[in-house]
Amino acid sequence: MDFSQFLALHEEISLVAALVLLLVYDLFAPEKGRRHIPLVACLLLLAHTVFCACDFAASTGCPAAAGSRTAFAGMYDASQAALLFKNILNIGVLLVCLQACPFLRREDNGIKAGEFYFLLFSTLLGMYLMLSAGHFLLFFIGMETASIPMASLVAFDKHKTQSAEAGAKFILSSAFASGLSFFGLSLIYGGTGSLYFADIQSGLTATPLLLGGMVLLCSGLFFKISLVPYHLWAADVYEGAPTPVTTYLSVISKGAGVFALCLILTRAFPLFIEAWQTALYVLILLSITVGNLFALRQKNMKRFLAFSSISQAGYIVLGVFAASPAGLTALMYYIFVYILSNVAAFGVVQLVEQHAGRTDMAAYNGLYKTNPKLSVILMFALFSLAGIPPFAGFFSKFFIFAATAESGAYVLLLIALLNTVISLYYYLLVVKAMFILPPAEPADVPAFKSEAAPKFVLVVCTAGILLAGLVSCLYALIDRTVLLG
Amino acid sequence: MANIPMTYYLVLSTILFFAGIYGFITRRNLLAMLISVELILNATDINFAVFNRFLFPEHMEGLFFALFSIAISAAETAIAIAIIINIYRNLKHIEAQKLNELNDLK
Repeated sequence: MDFSQFLALHEEISLVAALVLLLVYDLFAPEKGRRHIPLVACLLLLAHTVFCACDFAASTGCPAAAGSRTAFAGMYDASQAALLFKNILNIGVLLVCLQACPFLRREDNGIKAGEFYFLLFSTLLGMYLMLSAGHFLLFFIGMETASIPMASLVAFDKHKTQSAEAGAKFILSSAFASGLSFFGLSLIYGGTGSLYFADIQSGLTATPLLLGGMVLLCSGLFFKISLVPYHLWAADVYEGAPTPVTTYLSVISKGAGVFALCLILTRAFPLFIEAWQTALYVLILLSITVGNLFALRQKNMKRFLAFSSISQAGYIVLGVFAASPAGLTALMYYIFVYILSNVAAFGVVQLVEQHAGRTDMAAYNGLYKTNPKLSVILMFALFSLAGIPPFAGFFSKFFIFAATAESGAYVLLLIALLNTVISLYYYLLVVKAMFILPPAEPADVPAFKSEAAPKFVLVVCTAGILLAGLVSCLYALIDRTVLLG
Repeated sequence: MANIPMTYYLVLSTILFFAGIYGFITRRNLLAMLISVELILNATDINFAVFNRFLFPEHMEGLFFALFSIAISAAETAIAIAIIINIYRNLKHIEAQKLNELNDLK
């Protein structure tokens, strides 16, 4: 075997290097140095992010190297769009890592800081493999590498029963989901005789066996993206998991899941486009509507954001439904903007939780009086999620609706539009609580100063929310990359 | 081995698959639910091995997938059992129905 093929896996090698360095540091650092593990992890990830960005710039710069990069007889097949998407994920993970710093400085977590980042990076590695697979074996190894460490992260607060409960719910539903996927895949293997995306595409015939296989295979992915009716685990897990992990689950895992769904549907099952478009139509409709209706009645911020993210997932999948380059571009752009807005929202929730120990919505009454800056940031984030101009969320929604309109599904588009109005109502409820309702006496959330790392994350996210829509080169870059293939 | 037709294996794996789903939905003990998931994964492995052996004997793709799937499910079980043990330490039970601290009704 020719081991030099591994050299084609630039991002993966760089991430594995960062992982190993972190592990070595965690093992051999003196007692004093262990306090700096979050810093070391963030620096390593920053170096990795910069390396990936340079690598991406180099590969788009010279036309000879552009296009997809393959290794292991097509098992690894990274398109240019997947490379760009990995960069988007890097930025998101870096933000989450910084956001997690105060959580890991807590006394009981200090000793586990290294493991936290190790697990986080492993899930990222899994997502990389999933995004650049050309064969279902690599795809599933990636998917499991992404979700198994995730379960231990969800159950990270060992002594909190909520965290343990969330962990059990997550691992059981994710194992069940992958079981369904595997079974569906075995049916597809029986029908086509191969596990390469390309061979499956050429061997497809419209038999019930293969259609059933595809449905089962995709159900597993719908679980990871938490589309309705596969969403039942989401709210509980989001509420019980430590807040940085919730952030990671709601933005990074979800984003990677949608991109992977798009990848396998367009690469392996283009023949079944009518079947999967119909299925997605129903799922999107349900996700957007049910997610919104349940978000209306939530009293806990983390559950509230969980249901909001279920309905956001519906909007993101609109990009898959469109099944066009414009749809893929809109999808990647939406996920980028969604990462910024949701990390900002969860960042504020985490800070309030850290300083006041509460995540229920009543604690936010009159937050503006005590912590005006945080309130404004949370308002920006929620407006961006709702899609109000001039925030970036408006532009991402605009592009994804434009792509849907191109595919001709006007009824779906209309319902999605109506739902943005409903979502605006419940986002405004939070804004109203912060700015208009009087605070309790004495204030639930005292005025506090946050640490440097989460403050930096909030500033970056706010800048992103304000600028990502107005600076058009970002969308142009994604568009160019998608057209390269 | 060749005397047993392929259909028999497929019937077995289908029964295993649906028994797994049924168990996952009806069982109220976390370990029993985990075992049900294992049934589903075993059904998958049988399917892969059978399809490979009977329909596509020229390549080994299915058998390899089955091998990897066994390894993956072992990892999954290890994590799940670790989490279940943690629940037992905290709550002194592993009944799914009593795991209701996180819910909509607060």
